[in-house]
Amino acid sequence: MSNKRYELNKNLAQMLKGGVIMDVTTPEQAKIAEEAGACAVMALERIPADIRAAGGVSRMSDPKMIQGIQKAVSIPVMAKCRIGHFAEAQILQAIEIDYIDESEVLSPADDKYHIDKTKFDVPFVCGAKDLGEALRRINEGASMIRTKGEPGTGDVVQAVRHMRLMQSEIRRITSMSEDELFDKSKELAVPYELVRYVHENGKLPVVNFAAGGIATPADAALMMQLGAEGVFVGSGIFKSGNPRKRAAAIVQAVTNYKDAALLAKLSENLGEAMVGINENEIEILMAERGK
Amino acid sequence: MKSKFSWQKGANKMTIAVLALQGAFLEHEKMLHRLGISTIEIRQKKDLSQPFDGLIIPGGESTVQGKLLHDLDLYDELKRRIENGLPTFGTCAGMILLASNIENDDSKHLGTMHITVTRNAYGRQLGSFHTESMFHGVGKIPMTFIRAPYITQVSDDVTVLATIDGNIVAARQGNQLVTAFHPELDNATDVHEYFCKIIGG
Repeated sequence: MSNKRYELNKNLAQMLKGGVIMDVTTPEQAKIAEEAGACAVMALERIPADIRAAGGVSRMSDPKMIQGIQKAVSIPVMAKCRIGHFAEAQILQAIEIDYIDESEVLSPADDKYHIDKTKFDVPFVCGAKDLGEALRRINEGASMIRTKGEPGTGDVVQAVRHMRLMQSEIRRITSMSEDELFDKSKELAVPYELVRYVHENGKLPVVNFAAGGIATPADAALMMQLGAEGVFVGSGIFKSGNPRKRAAAIVQAVTNYKDAALLAKLSENLGEAMVGINENEIEILMAERGK
Repeated sequence: MKSKFSWQKGANKMTIAVLALQGAFLEHEKMLHRLGISTIEIRQKKDLSQPFDGLIIPGGESTVQGKLLHDLDLYDELKRRIENGLPTFGTCAGMILLASNIENDDSKHLGTMHITVTRNAYGRQLGSFHTESMFHGVGKIPMTFIRAPYITQVSDDVTVLATIDGNIVAARQGNQLVTAFHPELDNATDVHEYFCKIIGG
């Protein structure tokens, strides 16, 4: 991957900012998402809530199914590969996917190494639950970061925890003296240049979205106020009573995340939200996959 | 800063509104701040009550911004103001929103500029590219194209400002300026200065 290609890939993430990326499993759902105002869709065979319910090994989706979604919409289409599964990533690149999510939602294929994303021309987004994970993924070539949250639960607590932790670590580095940065880079196990970038700019060098457990316009507004630059909504939309209406409401909530009066209106009569599972009721913590 | 254009004397009095519904609006704001210009963000109808001299419609997804223009009741008022001469600059998705005709899409958005555009004309993300090319009246400038559209047809009142491989990537019609590329992603401020010159008259 040339430097220019990496810049272009970071640039695409910039164009997604202030937007909502929605999980879809069929071309029909993709159409609904696009019409509701999704800035991109994530094509996958099963949404995280169903992956969680089904158990077993979860893999990259059928390329044919992904291509069906690529044909159905004009917005960017993303797809997931397993952590460390560079062959799945090569396949997704071959079908010209717009973004690959190297995702802890699927079963990890490698418990030590993530994909060397610098070897690819297509962009990657990766999950992170703290600053160290985020910068390690960026060093491996990720051009966009999202919080891990706890996918498929409809419980926003982990996304909040990850976003708060990341922002507070960023603030701490911003206020460090320059000679402390060397030690910080050792502690985080990341290159000095990345720590220095955070010190000077007070933000990650790539766009940072929130993901995991976002189910309502209020959840989306909460994550935006905590510093997210946009949100992923997975199971929250198509596991709810009125996907079309809920999706459109979340899109508007992300644009006007500080306007409580408007958020109140957007939250009215959305029908049933996804049922949700509390953090302490679940058996597999996906966020613990891939550090 | 040495004054290159007459508008720069008045730059500190100029306010440009940036449509902040979705996309890369902050990048435009940063660019304008470097030129000493104040900005406001348009996120909903009440934001239009503030005074401003020009409007930027940023890159992002045209389907999202086009929908939010209606959902947030901004569409009619913005269309009226642009038709009445409000200086407006659209980049990428912004250009699609201003186009009167979209070749590979049934939807039409503000449609105030007499051009036909093709969406995602260079294909998917693997087709995104960076180049340097001539911009009429400015010179050679960096151009970054992200899943970009281009213009396939213009009417007589439109001036073509830049082409790449025969495809039109920048144009002007009266007070409306459009680029298929993203000047806000590169360091050069030339296109933003060009737009400020339009506002300055």
